[in-house]
This record gives sequence, C-alpha cells and structure tokens, in this order.
Amino acid sequence: MAAGHHHRLYLPGDTPVHRLPPECKLAAAVAFAIAVVATPRTALWAFAVYAALLAAVAAIARVPPGFLLRRMAIELPFVAFALALPFIGLGERVAVAGLSLSVEGLWAAWNILAKATLGVTASILLAATTEPHRILHGARRLRVPSLLVQIAMFMLRYLDVILDEMRRMRVARESRGFTARDLRAAPVLARSVGALFIRSYERGERVHLAMLSRGFTGTLPALDDRPVPPAAWAAALSLPAAAAVVAALARTLA
Amino acid sequence: MEDAAADRDATTAEPSLRVRDLAYAYPDGTQALFGVNLTIERGERVALLGPNGAGKTTLVMHLNGILTPGHGEVVVAGLPVRKDTLREVRRRVGLVFQDPDDQLFMPTVREDVAFGPANMGVRGEELERRVRHALERVGMLEAIDRPPHHLSFGQRRRVAVATVLAMEPEILVLDEPSSNLDPASRRELAEILRGLDVTVLMVTHDLPYALELCERSLILSGGVIVADGPTREILADAELLAAHRLELPFGFTVPGPTTVRDLHAR
Repeated sequence: MAAGHHHRLYLPGDTPVHRLPPECKLAAAVAFAIAVVATPRTALWAFAVYAALLAAVAAIARVPPGFLLRRMAIELPFVAFALALPFIGLGERVAVAGLSLSVEGLWAAWNILAKATLGVTASILLAATTEPHRILHGARRLRVPSLLVQIAMFMLRYLDVILDEMRRMRVARESRGFTARDLRAAPVLARSVGALFIRSYERGERVHLAMLSRGFTGTLPALDDRPVPPAAWAAALSLPAAAAVVAALARTLA
Repeated sequence: MEDAAADRDATTAEPSLRVRDLAYAYPDGTQALFGVNLTIERGERVALLGPNGAGKTTLVMHLNGILTPGHGEVVVAGLPVRKDTLREVRRRVGLVFQDPDDQLFMPTVREDVAFGPANMGVRGEELERRVRHALERVGMLEAIDRPPHHLSFGQRRRVAVATVLAMEPEILVLDEPSSNLDPASRRELAEILRGLDVTVLMVTHDLPYALELCERSLILSGGVIVADGPTREILADAELLAAHRLELPFGFTVPGPTTVRDLHAR
C-alpha cells in the first residue's frame, strides 16, 4: 500500500493514448520494439527518428520526461554490461581520451544501449497509460494463453497481500529480538520463507474454494468483449507503422 | 435465465434450506458431523452458533457442494445438492468467506462482483446492472473501479457480500461476518444485512451480533445440532451456553422480550 492509490508505473490521465484499448497499445509496443531491433545499428538517423516518435507519444499522453527517466532505472544492469563492451571488445581499436577502445565494442555497446532504451521507453509509456489489469485484459484479447494471463492476474492481486504477510512476519521476528547479522541467521530466514510459502499455498486453496463457490468452471469469464473500433487500431498502429517504414529505409540504405 | 426464474417460482413453497441426517468424515478419518438436521424457511435470518471445532465450517462447505456428504442430504429451495445440480446450487447459495482477501480475487471490484453472474452466463447490460445493483445494496457503488486491496477491511467485507448478492442467491451464508470489524463497520454491516430481503444463515460466535440480527439460533456442537430456538431464549440459558463453550461478553445481559422486539422492529 506504500504504492498509494495507483500502481507505481501508472500515470492517471485522460488523453487519447490513455483511452486507446489496451490490446492496441500492447500490440503497438511489441511491433515497435521489433522494428527497432530490426534496424541496422549504423543507421544513426533511424534511431533519432524512433526517439522523436516516442517523444511525440509521450507528449500526447502528457507523460513528463522526468517520470520516464526515473522509471528507466530498470535498464541500468544492461547499461553496465554495455559500458564494459568497448574495453573487452576485440579487433580494431581507437584512442578516446587516453583510453584504448575497441571499435567493434563501441558499436555493440551503442547497439544495446540504443535499442534497449527505445524498447524500455515504449514499455514505460504503455505502463504509464494503461492500468496493469487492463494490460492483462489486452493480452487475453490478443489470445495470450489464458493460463498465463490468470497467473499474472493473481500475482497482481495478491502481491500486496503476500508482501504484507512478509512484513508482519518480519515484525514478529524482530519483536522477539531477532536481527539478521550474518550467515547464522539464514536458517531462521529460510524457515520464514517456508512458512510464507505454506501460508500462500493455503490461501491459494481458499481462493480456489471461493472461486468454485461462485460457479468457476476453469476459465475466467470474458467480460467487456466489445469489438475494438478500426480507428483505435489505426491510431495505435500508426507508431509501429512509422517505425517499420524507417526500419525498411534504413535496411535498404545500409 | 428464464428457466431458473420459473424454477424458482415453482419452489416458493419449499424452505430455503433443508439439511437431513448430514454426516461427514474427513479423508483422514476425523468425523466432523454426526447427523445434522435443520430447516430454514424463506426470509428467515438464522444464526449458527458453536465453539471452535464444532464443525461449523464443515457444515457450511456442504451447503454449496464443496464437500460431498458421507450420509444424508442437503436441499436448497427444493433442489438437492448433487454433482449435476452444482451449478444451480452454487447460484442459490451465496457463501461469504471469513477473509475478504480470499473472496476478492479479481483486479477490480467491478470484475470481482461480475465474476459470479458471468460464470452463470450473464453478459452485457444485464451484467452491468447486476453489478451496480449489488454494490448499491451494500453502499459500495463508488468503489466500483478500485482494486480490492485499496479498500479498508470493512469495505472489503461489504464488497464480498456484494459479490454474492450479484448472483441473486436464495440464501446468504456468512462465515463470521463480524470478525475483525471495528464497531462502526460492524454496525454498518448489520444495517446492510437487516435491509436485505434474502434468507440469511450467519455462522458466528459473536452472540450479541446474533441477537441483534437473528430471531432464531442454532447451536452446533460436537457435530450435531444441540439447540434450536429463539435467539433470546438460547442466549438467556446460561447452562446451555456453558455446556458448549459459548459465553456472553463481559457486562452483557440479554434484554427482555419487548426490547428485543424493538430491536428487530428497527
């Protein structure tokens, strides 16, 4: 509940991007990422166009740059890996500010950084304009296997409940003078994890009973299956369509 | 749905719930119920009292066919609980679990309340009407688009009642409805329950709550019904209560008959 009223990634709003059906946005984000990945790394101009496209989407969705930047921290592990490449790369080397860097490594680092950043930005824009449960609805309507959607849905619903339980267990441990100082604390923590697993498992059984009691037959009923207006698809897919044109151009020019 | 409605009209004369000679042993051999008999007429509000381990929850699990009786039968408004009637039985018996986090498993209140009727094949505008109506009846309509984990405990319990009301049940079965509620939420829930025109079976050991809401009480102890009568008389019988590990809270005295009538007249 520390997350407040909304999910951390979601930015409440009522813009044309927020209003688009989730399946359109999901498909658009995936198609955009594919177009970006298919672009040759040497076509620098193409990546500039992609960034401009995303900036336009962010502007329409009224997502401030600061909001995007803070949430891009998730990309940091990839950045660390990419930064190592120019040093460990092989082949022809150039001297930059007294450092000997591999040209091949530099290109590889640029490739990873540019494509990952664009993909992450597109995902953050999707998450910022679509509530998590709506993304799952979109996934279901895009025919993602129902079991996967159900698992993700229950995770979304019960994550806070389980985290709360974990917090209560920690408070109970610490109230009785326990502090995890070194490895000797591991058995205690392991037992806590075990207890948490059993509690969650039992909750799962109770939830299943509650579902059966309300007539659950194995598949979640599909609610709100209004057909998506073609205009919404056209609007959402204009982003990956533009990206695809750029990617095709970049490939023919390369 | 028309079939179900016609079915319902044909069974108006039947009691909402009839349990005959119900006995049950768990797979590990523990015998929980030893021949339970009870009848609840339409529109009654009945409290099922009993100490922990008396078999209350086991009995409740039989009412909508989650457990299958070892012996005896359960009949819901004329319809016996069997494998082939489970679907309709589960529509007719609305079970409200003790922990609302177990009951509310969908991402938003709207989807959760819609879950039951949607499983029964209700769709579109009729579904939306049912969801809104059920939430209105528990005073939670404004929470329709919120995720359940952002509601207070009392609000979650009210939504849990709505999830069941949306199925338009014949009988509402509540497991410890007053547990973990602060006094104001407890009173609000009582007001809501009193305002519903459905048969109610309330499993509890909150004796004042039983007195406030139910004219009639049953005591389940050791797997059998040991008492069945007006709640006021049962609660006034200190020996009976003591014999079955039930106690009135400190300082509580059962009000006289006139006061109780006033209480129910509210």
